[in-house]
Amino acid sequence: MEKKEYQKLVKKTTPKPDKMNNSIKVFLCGGLMGAFGEIIRLLLINYFNLKSTDAVSIVLFILIVSACFLTAFCDFDKYVIKLKAGLIVPITGFAHSIQSSALDYKKDGMITGLGSNFFKLAGSVILYGIVSAFIFCVIKVVFYG
Amino acid sequence: MASFLYKDIYINKFYSIAGKYENNGVLKNVNKYINDFYYGEKTIEDCEIKMQKEVLNNLVNNKTELIVGGDLMNQITATSSSVNNLNISFLGTYSACATFLSSIIILSNFIQGKFIKEGLSITSSHNLSSEKQFRFPVEYGALKPDYTTFTCTGSVGCNISKYPSNIKVVSSTIGSVVDLGIKDANNMGAVMAPAAVKTLIEHLNYTKTTVKDYDVILTGDLGKYGAELFKTLLKKDYGIIIKNHIDAGSIIFKENQEKYSGGSGPVCLPLVLFNNILQNKKYKKILAIATGSLHSPLLVNQKHAIPSTAHLISLEVLK
Repeated sequence: MEKKEYQKLVKKTTPKPDKMNNSIKVFLCGGLMGAFGEIIRLLLINYFNLKSTDAVSIVLFILIVSACFLTAFCDFDKYVIKLKAGLIVPITGFAHSIQSSALDYKKDGMITGLGSNFFKLAGSVILYGIVSAFIFCVIKVVFYG
Repeated sequence: MASFLYKDIYINKFYSIAGKYENNGVLKNVNKYINDFYYGEKTIEDCEIKMQKEVLNNLVNNKTELIVGGDLMNQITATSSSVNNLNISFLGTYSACATFLSSIIILSNFIQGKFIKEGLSITSSHNLSSEKQFRFPVEYGALKPDYTTFTCTGSVGCNISKYPSNIKVVSSTIGSVVDLGIKDANNMGAVMAPAAVKTLIEHLNYTKTTVKDYDVILTGDLGKYGAELFKTLLKKDYGIIIKNHIDAGSIIFKENQEKYSGGSGPVCLPLVLFNNILQNKKYKKILAIATGSLHSPLLVNQKHAIPSTAHLISLEVLK
């Protein structure tokens, strides 16, 4: 069979992801995470008399720490596989990606293993985050002063 | 293509260790199951080495002249470490998931050529070590499509010699490397199916047999979708309709285990061959085709197509 013909056949027989089902799952999971954060924020404002901005920082801190805790001690990866982006996009994914690399490479030495692989997955987020932030800043300064 | 007919080559003894997910009733008489990914060791790499060492301890005897084997880790680390200080000649091989059969073929040829009398073939794979090697960090839980495969954990070895036993190696074919332009590292079934077809056809032509002459044709780790492609290719290109085909990767995990499209790894085929097919008295003439996707993450990142190979041995169970 020719290459092109075979590639067509593969494309035809390979199952496609169920986008609708996945979107609903991700929407619900992400929404629940957001609602959970909002509840904590309101609790912090009402019961601990914090300022709204401080409360938001603490909410983020709680979400990140709990994701790290789950990555280290529970099967967070299995939930990620099931709930997909709904679980990692709400800020929890970044810490999870760093921690999973760290867990994988901690036994390969502090410098050669953990140190050099710490940002294996998150490195691109940091790099392109900084680059895009710079570009948008330039645009803002040039066009909007 | 190199095909060989053998006169008196036998598989005398085999020993297998499998992981916890493989302990689901499909495999029978596995010598040992390990219940976690560490087997009492500190690292997953040490776990794989320990599995291989245990297999070697149970198979090496004073007649063993040569060990041939390999695994999935870089520099076939697990195998080279496990044979360390054994004082037996060692030849490392790598054909990805087809490593075990390539080792058997090499040993059979050495024995047929009367260079040695007895040798040992060994392989292993470990789900977490190959995830770390080829994919993402283990705890990350990277999203995978349904058509990907799950690397099996375990280690298998066997003694091959000229001394008679009830499993005879009849013939073999060393496959060539094929790529039909598939670049998706998750779709190993599609990568390897053309190689399996090519090797099968070459072998059938060489031995002047048809698929009906065998009780079962066992492919390695094509997975459910790859197995379909294998059958489609055979039918479209060669007009062969195959009814006695079993794919080891597709049957090693049960439906409810949710292991994507099936198992993979160099131990997948030998585990099913030794602990399922050979345990079943129904199968006397067995054609085993181990498929290996020779992919390197480096070249996949550089957008190269993934080459694959397949090696084949024909076995006969004597009464």
